[in-house]
Amino acid sequence: MSDSTLTLPPLAVRTAAPAARPLPAAPRAPRRWQWPLGAVLPLALLALWEILARTGALPPNLLPAPSKVLGTIAELARTGELWPHLGLTLARVGAGFALGSLAATALGALTGYAPLARRLLDPLLQGVRNIPSLAWVPLFILWMGIYETSKVVLIAVGVFFPVYLGLMSGVQGVDRKLVEVGRMYRLSGLALVRRVFLPATLPAYLVGLRNGLGLGWMFVVAAEIMGANKGLGFLLVDGQMTGRPQTILASILLFAILGRTTDAGLAWLSRRLLRWQDTHGSEQG
Amino acid sequence: MLRIEHLGKQFGPQVVALQDVSLQVQPSEIVALVGTSGCGKSTLLRIVAGLEAPGTGRVLINGAPVVGPHPAVGFLFQEPRLLPWLTVRQNVEFGIAHLPAAERAARSAGALARVGLADFAGAWPRQLSGGMAQRAAIARALVARPNLLLLDEPFSALDPFTKMDLQEHLLGIWADDRHTLVLVTHDLEEALVLADRVVVLRSRPGRVHHTFHVDLPRPRRRTAPDFQAQKQRLLEALGVAA
Ligand SMILES: Nc1ncnc2c1ncn2[C@@H]1O[C@H](COP(=O)(O)OP(=O)(O)OP(=O)(O)O)[C@@H](O)[C@H]1O
Ligand SMILES: [Mg+2]
Repeated sequence: MSDSTLTLPPLAVRTAAPAARPLPAAPRAPRRWQWPLGAVLPLALLALWEILARTGALPPNLLPAPSKVLGTIAELARTGELWPHLGLTLARVGAGFALGSLAATALGALTGYAPLARRLLDPLLQGVRNIPSLAWVPLFILWMGIYETSKVVLIAVGVFFPVYLGLMSGVQGVDRKLVEVGRMYRLSGLALVRRVFLPATLPAYLVGLRNGLGLGWMFVVAAEIMGANKGLGFLLVDGQMTGRPQTILASILLFAILGRTTDAGLAWLSRRLLRWQDTHGSEQG
Repeated sequence: MLRIEHLGKQFGPQVVALQDVSLQVQPSEIVALVGTSGCGKSTLLRIVAGLEAPGTGRVLINGAPVVGPHPAVGFLFQEPRLLPWLTVRQNVEFGIAHLPAAERAARSAGALARVGLADFAGAWPRQLSGGMAQRAAIARALVARPNLLLLDEPFSALDPFTKMDLQEHLLGIWADDRHTLVLVTHDLEEALVLADRVVVLRSRPGRVHHTFHVDLPRPRRRTAPDFQAQKQRLLEALGVAA
């Protein structure tokens, strides 16, 4: 620091930096440990549930104890039966998410950037969006068969719209003044997109991706309930057919964990990419 | 350096923003444009910058007509307009991405030191105060080494102390680099401190009303009697003072 002040010409020395905020280079104070307040209520409810189930106050054929649900998962893991279900569901969501968000990225960028494309395409897409997505299921099965393609496409349809809307409104909402800065430095076409539009759109796009992923998890359940012989959704149906509520609850729990984990991954990515943001939430990191 | 010939600009059928504006600016000259709100000062500057197309007439920079943003022309907007996703240093280097990295680093370090922000090179724009952000914007405009710098009310949002400080800064940099400055301002003292020539525009339609030469030696002191006398003359030219 003393080095840089030494090299300052007299002009700069005259100007003391006013209202200097904490330097960004300063090491961040380690975050204080906080009691996970949010965990108290769920844990208490689980304990209550466990007690009620053990004392027989809850009918075990309808609502088995949490310990039994965990036992079911452990058993499925031990026999190895769990992994194909888990893997296949993850693969379907992954493929559907990739397909849906890729298509949405291309179309959202186009309609956001080019008013002509927006006027041409957006009404159609908005119309399609209003079709309840599950209504597609019979058609997709008819077109693409009961196997993987129809499932992945259904998930992709679910993922598509939030990503598309997020990106389009993001591109449209890019501050004209910042675009002008780019133009002033003679950026155009791809360079302008890469250096101004892309970063400016990133926050809205990432929100779109997170919403899309959430819908992807919803749609995989629908797709797997409609007809599958593997996958976590199949476990739901299987548990119902064979009268084993612990299997259904185990599957629900796994869905919750997977959905939460993948969303946390995207949330982490967002925080990394959006460190620059000046928002109400950004100070807490 | 800069020649504006019979420039006219109309927005829609009603609004005549500029009409038959002609102006010549010599190399290293500092010209201030003043005039009431809405008389077309920003429009004039934006046309010179190539951000807006002229309606009628033309603008020549070093003899060549302006068709778009020009590499030798810098623009300092009223707001800092820093890109929030780039650090202060990256913002300063935004316009010189075509240069080799070492050259970029040297130039941005120099420019940041010149505006007194050397210690904030790694900061995000959100961590700067308004005056610091505007200084970063000045650094960004200067690293590209423009021959002609256009400034649209660059200090109007700042407090009087920061403002005077930045005016000093700008003059100091100008003394070193000797680029041409065209500055829009609402502040007559600012015009008198900085400019060799004050051009008064009149509104609806916007046209040159009066040109006023400032014959004061630099550095100029606001409290000096001849400065006050010039201010009085300028006010009279504007038809404000009795
Ligand atoms: N993009 C535009 N579309 C339509 N009208 C415009 C546009 N830009 C400017 N105008 C009009 O042109 C006139 C001149 O505007 P301009 O911004 O150049 O004024 P100004 O002298 O810079 O004013 P101020 O001192 O308030 O900044 C105004 O009447 C304004 O309404
Ligand atoms: Mg203006």
